[in-house]
Amino acid sequence: MKPALPDARGHFGRFGGRFVPETLMAPLIELEQAWASARRDRKFQRRLADLLRDYAGRPTPLYFAERLSEQCGGARIYLKREDLCHTGAHKINNVLGQALLAARMSKRRVIAETGAGQHGVATATAAALLGLECEVYMGAEDVERQALNVFRMRLLGARVISVESGSRTLKDAINEALRDWVTNVRTTYYLLGSALGPHPYPMMVRDLHSVIGREARRQTRGVLKKLPDVLVACVGGGSNAIGLFHPFIADRRVRIIGVEPGGEGISTGRHGASMSAGAVGVLHGCMSYLLQSDDGQIATAHSISAGLDYPGVGPEHAYYRDAGRFEFVSVTDAEALEGFEALTRLEGIMPALESAHAVAYAMRLAKSLPRTKAIVVGLSGRGDKDVHVVAKALGKQIG
Amino acid sequence: MSRLDETFARLRARGERALVPYFTAGDPSLADTRRLVVEAARRGADVVELGVPFSDPLADGPVIQRAGTRALAAGASVPRVLETVAVLRAEVDVPLVLLTYYNPVLAFGLKAFARTAVDAGVDGAIVVDMPPEESEPLATEATAAGLDLVYMVAPTSTPPRVRLIAKKSRGFIYVVSLTGVTGERQELPADMTAQIGAIRRATAMPVCVGFGISTPAQVAAVGRVADGAAVGSAIVRLVEARAGASSLVDDVGKFIAELKAPLREPLPTSPIRTRR
Repeated sequence: MKPALPDARGHFGRFGGRFVPETLMAPLIELEQAWASARRDRKFQRRLADLLRDYAGRPTPLYFAERLSEQCGGARIYLKREDLCHTGAHKINNVLGQALLAARMSKRRVIAETGAGQHGVATATAAALLGLECEVYMGAEDVERQALNVFRMRLLGARVISVESGSRTLKDAINEALRDWVTNVRTTYYLLGSALGPHPYPMMVRDLHSVIGREARRQTRGVLKKLPDVLVACVGGGSNAIGLFHPFIADRRVRIIGVEPGGEGISTGRHGASMSAGAVGVLHGCMSYLLQSDDGQIATAHSISAGLDYPGVGPEHAYYRDAGRFEFVSVTDAEALEGFEALTRLEGIMPALESAHAVAYAMRLAKSLPRTKAIVVGLSGRGDKDVHVVAKALGKQIG
Repeated sequence: MSRLDETFARLRARGERALVPYFTAGDPSLADTRRLVVEAARRGADVVELGVPFSDPLADGPVIQRAGTRALAAGASVPRVLETVAVLRAEVDVPLVLLTYYNPVLAFGLKAFARTAVDAGVDGAIVVDMPPEESEPLATEATAAGLDLVYMVAPTSTPPRVRLIAKKSRGFIYVVSLTGVTGERQELPADMTAQIGAIRRATAMPVCVGFGISTPAQVAAVGRVADGAAVGSAIVRLVEARAGASSLVDDVGKFIAELKAPLREPLPTSPIRTRR
């Protein structure tokens, strides 16, 4: 039996940890203790389970994409339908848990970062539900390309702060959220939305999203009478992926594949594939694979999908990559668009551009596998928010 | 005894407190940084902090963020800054402390960083996002090379953490005066004196206070309770305003002299509780 990860200091092997200014150390230790206590509290767990069922709409279906599978002519493709969650993406799983924790810790103000806006919308939603004050940091570039989600957050009562520094994307939104937290740490809960950051965030976010994989495990056993052969999920920071993957890690027969944003192609340098083209470093409180220069300056990621536009990846993914348990591949912007169109036309399901990366890779993989094999794709979100990006990429006008 | 230890011992003997100005290395150019440090030392700086820029400085406010962006555009990096220090070391005796983030150090190599820094004439380093819990790999190399690693204490640090940091820190302890990022503030935090009192009870090591200290009056107030005052954003903002002007070095030098003046005045009682 291997000891559970992370270790007591939040390390996944050499990855993870707590690389933050001293001001945040005591609050992070307090957060870790609060989470440990909440996990043991049956009342807290029941409240979370009730919200996940009655409010978020869990369990989400495992759907056999028959026409998509036929089109590929190989393995059967199943979709874990996180796009059907309330607010349109898996993000709500984590947010409900952490928002309950914030209230339990008597923090009345929550802050969050967001890339595509899905985590911001989910946080604003939970804040409305629990009567918390909410401010969301969002890169100025993302504010432009995800205008719909910005307006949704405002309707929900959140304040959206456009971040003009650096690359004006998710990375800079996290910097700014951390600066806010350093300043207001005594009154504010930082509701981090991805499986990264300083300990305990990668562990806590994983724990809260693992419901995806636990359900998928039960559902595949019911439908297939066996475990799936392959799991595929997109990886930006890696929250939906670790949620789907984690309950299957001990099942050595199940192949686990993370799909990174290949942007315009790895060779162009304009991508977000930190596993394929990055080096080990420290950003936003944890050690992991990062896109960076030889001098240790963080590079700018590029992806058609705002939610994958991040130059790093969660530390647990880095650990299982080096351990040989997770495989990582990349899919370009163009391939992701093909995945988007295929799923929309063949199944009537419009995926988020993030999730379209996983769909595109699953289609590629299915072609190379026999019909007896089953692939489960983490369909992390729905695509309404991306329609204008898709229209632009296809050279079409809306309306 | 390291150069930092000697400096604080000498100031203590004179009844003075240290002025610790900060410059972002490479802002507006590494050549200007060299001239600024020489002038700062001449005008009364007792320790100079040199910021090595990082693309994602999450503990810094807008002024030092902008300086970092300019410095990166001017080509500043760990190796280039160390080259500059090697030249500077022939010109000044003032202790030089690098202030940076973990990733540029890691990318350069922990052992290479500690050795090259000491060879260049660097006396200490503060790695803003490296708390004691994550410090062992670098601390091992720093100790072997003779580089003083200075750690920060924050207002949120619990008493056990203050003791841990006091045990690990070398040269001095950097007291972050407020919960927040670097930058000028109108008022000093009301609880600063209590915070420093708590640190004094844990250690006899010199303490320097930074974050939000920008005027001679604030420096004077800090000097009544601490062994030194660190001034960053106010100096960097002046560098930003005078960049490219012929008066850059002289204007910054004058400001350093104004900041140092109150720290020369002897205190009625020594701020240091010496061990007998």
